[in-house]
Amino acid sequence: MMIPACRLADLPRGEAHRLDIDPPVSVFHTDDGELFAIDDTCTHQDASLADGWLEGCEVECPLHASKFDLRTGSVDAPPAKLPVRTHEVVVEDGMIYVQVSTDAPNLPPCVAARLAGGLA
Amino acid sequence: MRTVAVVGASLAGLSAARSLRQQGYDGRLVVIGDEVHRPYDRPPLSKEFLAGALGEAELSLESDDEDLRAEWLLGSRAVGLDPRDRAVRLADGREVRADGVVIATGAAARALPGSEGLAGVHTLRTLDDARALRDELARGGRLVVIGGGFIGAEVASTAYALGLDVTVVEVAPTPLAGPLGEAMGAIVSALHADHGVRLLCGVGVKGLSGETRVDAVLLEDGRSIAADIVVVGVGARPCVEWLEGSGVVLDNGVKCGADGRTSLAGVVAVGDCANWYDPRAGLHRRVEHWTGARERPAAAVATLLAGGAVEPAAPRPPYFWSDQYGVKIQFAGHAAAADSVTIEAGAADTRDVLAVYRRAGDPVAVLGMNQPRPFMRWRKQLAAATS
Ligand SMILES: Cc1cc2nc3c(=O)[nH]c(=O)nc-3n(C[C@H](O)[C@H](O)[C@H](O)COP(=O)(O)OP(=O)(O)OC[C@H]3O[C@@H](n4cnc5c(N)ncnc54)[C@H](O)[C@@H]3O)c2cc1C
Ligand code: FES
Repeated sequence: MMIPACRLADLPRGEAHRLDIDPPVSVFHTDDGELFAIDDTCTHQDASLADGWLEGCEVECPLHASKFDLRTGSVDAPPAKLPVRTHEVVVEDGMIYVQVSTDAPNLPPCVAARLAGGLA
Repeated sequence: MRTVAVVGASLAGLSAARSLRQQGYDGRLVVIGDEVHRPYDRPPLSKEFLAGALGEAELSLESDDEDLRAEWLLGSRAVGLDPRDRAVRLADGREVRADGVVIATGAAARALPGSEGLAGVHTLRTLDDARALRDELARGGRLVVIGGGFIGAEVASTAYALGLDVTVVEVAPTPLAGPLGEAMGAIVSALHADHGVRLLCGVGVKGLSGETRVDAVLLEDGRSIAADIVVVGVGARPCVEWLEGSGVVLDNGVKCGADGRTSLAGVVAVGDCANWYDPRAGLHRRVEHWTGARERPAAAVATLLAGGAVEPAAPRPPYFWSDQYGVKIQFAGHAAAADSVTIEAGAADTRDVLAVYRRAGDPVAVLGMNQPRPFMRWRKQLAAATS
């Protein structure tokens, strides 16, 4: 599924844009000008990685500082232990699109339970 | 270096062991811990674990496929350090001789004098503490929390969500005034009243009453608060008694340099037991937060491996978080250094504050309540300003 995210011109370097799909996905524009998309929810707890600390090709979770590699989704150290999914990014006519992965996401237990149970 | 002993098998000790391997140390690695458990995460003990939302397996700090090639001496308490051959003496009489020693023995919860042996009275530091408290909270009743600091406030918040009747007693006029300052301490601790948790401030605890089981908390002003369960959350003391007489200088924990080095060559200290030198402030500080215990060991291990020949990178300003009544509280920097604090976003009444602390106009600390994105911006700015 190809989802339009935002205009490239509206996403400055060093910033992230969250797509409010289920589960949410975020597009990161690195300081070097590269674009990456990963699952937005940290695999440890319910934190948005778009709110995180972007440095090079890594984003540090805003809550407990596990770092995710934007290229592979892998995580460096606890408390998070599982990687996030990565998604393909395409830019066409100045518009950023995300091709959402069909793999199963690694959602933290609290979020997974909420999605499964349909609870608010 | 052929043998390194890490004393303390929790977050700081595990982070040190990991850093040793990441930085290329290939020798014998012995990790000594007095708890019988593999390294586990403490923050959930007052939150999700206490609430029953997280199990013990999920507290583990190690990943399934992780192999540090370490010898784990668990359930072994270190009782002494012989400075001549850097031998760590264990309670069972064994000795571990090492070329390098990492002190990571953390801190232990302070107890209330005179409460020993009284059932229903708890402190919260270890997994065993948390299991015992969780089982008691499950029975319900009236809980009195002594101490309105972060641990006390989190226990109150968790117990409130479990349906208990909760009272918090705090000796200071404003809870959290130490870490957050008066104004913000008042705003954060107002979360208790929002949820019908009683907060009694400015009054000390004289003692507890009860024969075999606690039945009330006696206050210095003569009041008596009926209690089925009492949690004592009055801070922690660094676990450094075992180092007395070793030549390692102790002063509010292990006194160490900005790179973790202690007064003994080949010995570094990390985590909650370490009183690090802060070169910018020109003083030593002991910071009892998760992120420091996780990040600082890399610098200390580099010092150890290089024999003290490296300049450590400036650490980021201290950071911690807390979760209370569904509000994410985040803090970075040093509130005590500030001469002003202003709310830059959100508002006190809606409990979604972003507050910046300044000294002579320059930001020195930032507090967020449910403001993760602007908080992170400020945290980055603070790090850039102080590096
Ligand atoms: C309930 C709770 C909630 C918390 N919540 C937060 C939070 O929300 N945010 C935050 O930033 N921080 C939080 N913290 C603080 C954080 O957990 C600590 O900063 C961190 O655990 C420090 O790690 P450490 O390895 O230095 O020490 P510790 O975790 O205390 O570990 C030290 C280890 O050494 C062992 N030891 C002690 N003496 C000896 C000896 N003589 N021989 C062998 N072993 C010994 C101890 O048994 C222990 O296992 C919380 C702490 C607690 C207790
Ligand atoms: S929520 Fe991301 S590391 Fe904890």
